[in-house]
Amino acid sequence: MPNFIDRRLNPKDKSLGNRRRFLKRAREELKRTIKEQIKAGKIADVDAEHRVPMPERGVGEPSFQPSPSTGERQYVLPGNHEFSPGDRLPKPSARGGASGKGAGTGESEDDFQFVLSRDEVLDLFFEDLELPDMVKLNLKESVAFKPRRAGFATSGSPTNINVGRTMRNSYGRRIALRRPSRADVAAIADEIARLEAESNTSDAHQKRIEALREELDKLERRRRRIAYVDPVDIRFNRFEPQPLPNASAVMFCLMDVSASMGEREKDLAKRFFVLLHLFLKRRYKRIDIVFIRHTDEAGEVDENTFFYSKQSGGTVVSTAIEEMLRIIEERYPAREWNIYAAQASDGENSAGDSDLCVSLLHRQVMRLCQYYAYVEIIDERETEIFGTTDNGTSLWRAYRTVDSEWSNFQMTRIARPSDIYPVFRKLFARQPTMQLRTERR
Amino acid sequence: MPKGAASNLLFHDSDWNFETLSRTYDAIETIALDDLQLDVYPNQLEIISSEQMLDAYSSVGMPLMYQHWSFGKRFVFEEHLYRKGRRGLAYELVINSNPCITYLMEENTMAMQALVTAHAAFGHNHFFKNNYLFQQWTDASAILSYMEFAKKYITKCEERYGTSEVEVILDSAHALMDQGVFRYRRPPRLSSEKERERTRERLEYEEQTYSDLWRTLPPSPDGQSSKDAERDASERKKALNLPEENLLYFLEKTSLILEPWQRELLRIVRVIAQYFYPQRQTKVMNEGCATFVHYTIMNRLFDQGRISEGSMLEMLHSHSNVVFQPSFDDPRFPGINPYALGFAMMQDIQRVCTDPTPEDRDWFPEIAGSGKWRETLIDAWANHRDESFILQYLSPALIRKFRLFLLTDEAGDNYCEVASIHNERGYETIRTALARSYDVAANQSDIQVVDVDLLGDRHLRLQHNVKNGILLDEASRDATLRHVRHLWGYDVSLAGVDAETDDVLYECSTAPASE
Repeated sequence: MPNFIDRRLNPKDKSLGNRRRFLKRAREELKRTIKEQIKAGKIADVDAEHRVPMPERGVGEPSFQPSPSTGERQYVLPGNHEFSPGDRLPKPSARGGASGKGAGTGESEDDFQFVLSRDEVLDLFFEDLELPDMVKLNLKESVAFKPRRAGFATSGSPTNINVGRTMRNSYGRRIALRRPSRADVAAIADEIARLEAESNTSDAHQKRIEALREELDKLERRRRRIAYVDPVDIRFNRFEPQPLPNASAVMFCLMDVSASMGEREKDLAKRFFVLLHLFLKRRYKRIDIVFIRHTDEAGEVDENTFFYSKQSGGTVVSTAIEEMLRIIEERYPAREWNIYAAQASDGENSAGDSDLCVSLLHRQVMRLCQYYAYVEIIDERETEIFGTTDNGTSLWRAYRTVDSEWSNFQMTRIARPSDIYPVFRKLFARQPTMQLRTERR
Repeated sequence: MPKGAASNLLFHDSDWNFETLSRTYDAIETIALDDLQLDVYPNQLEIISSEQMLDAYSSVGMPLMYQHWSFGKRFVFEEHLYRKGRRGLAYELVINSNPCITYLMEENTMAMQALVTAHAAFGHNHFFKNNYLFQQWTDASAILSYMEFAKKYITKCEERYGTSEVEVILDSAHALMDQGVFRYRRPPRLSSEKERERTRERLEYEEQTYSDLWRTLPPSPDGQSSKDAERDASERKKALNLPEENLLYFLEKTSLILEPWQRELLRIVRVIAQYFYPQRQTKVMNEGCATFVHYTIMNRLFDQGRISEGSMLEMLHSHSNVVFQPSFDDPRFPGINPYALGFAMMQDIQRVCTDPTPEDRDWFPEIAGSGKWRETLIDAWANHRDESFILQYLSPALIRKFRLFLLTDEAGDNYCEVASIHNERGYETIRTALARSYDVAANQSDIQVVDVDLLGDRHLRLQHNVKNGILLDEASRDATLRHVRHLWGYDVSLAGVDAETDDVLYECSTAPASE
């Protein structure tokens, strides 16, 4: 009789640690791949699995290997049909040599792709955004759960003991098993004390005391044997994680696409939009994205056009805001939709238009929006000059007034990926209080 | 169907449960031990899922393995092939340990479970326990606890010194894994006590035979110094036991820059390499033995009426898949299939023993017609490795059956020449060439430590004995040499020396080029 062991229920993913090490090793290369894929793909696609090619650098395993193009070799092969000694066969040109051996080990790793999970992709995506860990965690968590009471359980953690239920069980059991109550015991003890106090030495009297003593002893043993609270009585509150009710949100992406926005600016803007999208996706079941691009006139476009086509013309920012208001009115009533807006620009605007923008924001947009984030993409050299001051483009100066009045307005200047996060800081900081509110409900 | 016959069957349909598994195991065991006279370690059969099988693949088939990124890479690779359907998973995996652990996949049908039980739990198991290479080089009862130690030790090192510190050592050690095995037994080392004893005796002898006259001899002006240097060199080589073929062993014992824990890591890698070395030398025999055993046992069970025709057909189907040998010009040709060659040779030995032709009597006078095929096979399994086994037992009949032919390939030419085919004149050469192609030691590059002056510049000199003009791939050679340097701490150079003419074919070094 052999020893059979069923290992199927053993923990899986024994090699997950190895995989993690491998990814870490190839990190730089994978990061570049992911970055390119994000650049080419859609905003909503970031939040999913990605196929990536096998990285080449950094993961080689060298060893002393014979070089296939030197020396003399002999091969024994099966399946001779027509050859006789002395026949010559041309060597196959590729694959070096007539060897069929070892083909199993190094075969075409070039077109070999493997899948990075969503978590791994996000890790790589977040890397140079310099997000705080709590925020990363928040973004990765796909659905928010709230524990909900769901009956009772016989097992659980001590903090969840339901005292009422436990004591009710205990009481019922004590009655059923006729556990003597303390009063019963006390009554007999009193009786004995009373009888002993009497100076009656008759036989019957002694016998009575004797009998009572025995009775008392029996009761006490019974009390010891039948516990007051037995493990079988204990009940725990059971909780079930329940997904939080999610509503719908719409995200407006506004971008200046005039000639001054180059490849780098658009790339940064895209990361900014992706981050907002990730945040929204975690919180809402349904998210619509609306892309509005503008030069001196604005229009709603699809994602590809938004990022990749160029338009010439001046810059009038207020057209985009007006377009956004129009779309909100038409399709996304603020009662039913959570509205988020993200605007990316290089700060250029035609003279006088900035004031129009500000008044639009003050009067309408900010009342409708949950959150409005504005990034101004600047040259890395300009960070030195503009870093913290209020000076800057006309749009920047105008928006400062909005920023000071509305708490759900955020603005920042970015020159590199790590600058993006601060604009969302408030968004993420609000997180705990919002969760608290939903719990209390 | 008559009731008696039905109840004799071990199992009826393709679903398995632990009851049918163990009933079948018992029936297989009876045949294996009583009829085939196998001698096995106690068996432990473990049921695993396909994911766990993939896990096992990437950790080189060990149930316990330390963590390293290269295993992650392998896992990603295997998983990719599996998901694409380009490669099926093995039905089983067997570990040379005592008790012998066999993994069975849960997806297997009952017929397959019976087949792989016979194949792995008896075929491979017998081979592991009895083959001289495994007996000499591996310790089946200790390997699992050693791996447990290794895993814990490496984890502890990672906690203490950091993952990356451990990783660089393991990277370098892995690069030298092929050069980290002992190929031949050495005479036992003298214990330190005996060593001291010998030194003392030599000194005594020198004292006794001392003569002041020798000192008065005039030194010869030229020859002396070079002779001295030569003697110094040979003296110091002797002290370090050079030349040394096991680079990892040499670095572990001699490197001046390694910490004790780093030496232990090298040792762990070396022990694992050594543990797998016999398996690489006995692929054909090991698989041949296991395939022959399952084939024989399954037929015996069928003859006894304990397996239904349907199940037997299923087994034969996968058996013939396993022993399929495409010809060299077939697009599926991956090289000679060790299952096919091994199984054919085992069957051939059985045939020669029981039903020899005059040719067989010529070639195998000792065994032809003896009728003792069980004994012959058991003896062959115990005392050979692939190379000697093929040299001893590959018959002309089999060479004809496989239509083997020999190609010679010279690097300079743009053609290969057919040297021998399956005819009277070719049998011997083909057999020798095939046997040589299974000699792992001869096919691996022979690289040894030849000299180092520990008191001087500590430059480590390696020598590659070039056979048949086969050099090393330069990119990976230089990268590997850097790994050696990393473990050694000082410059390392490698010289390629032709094994026959002693000409130096190439030289390379990690030292800056100005040297």
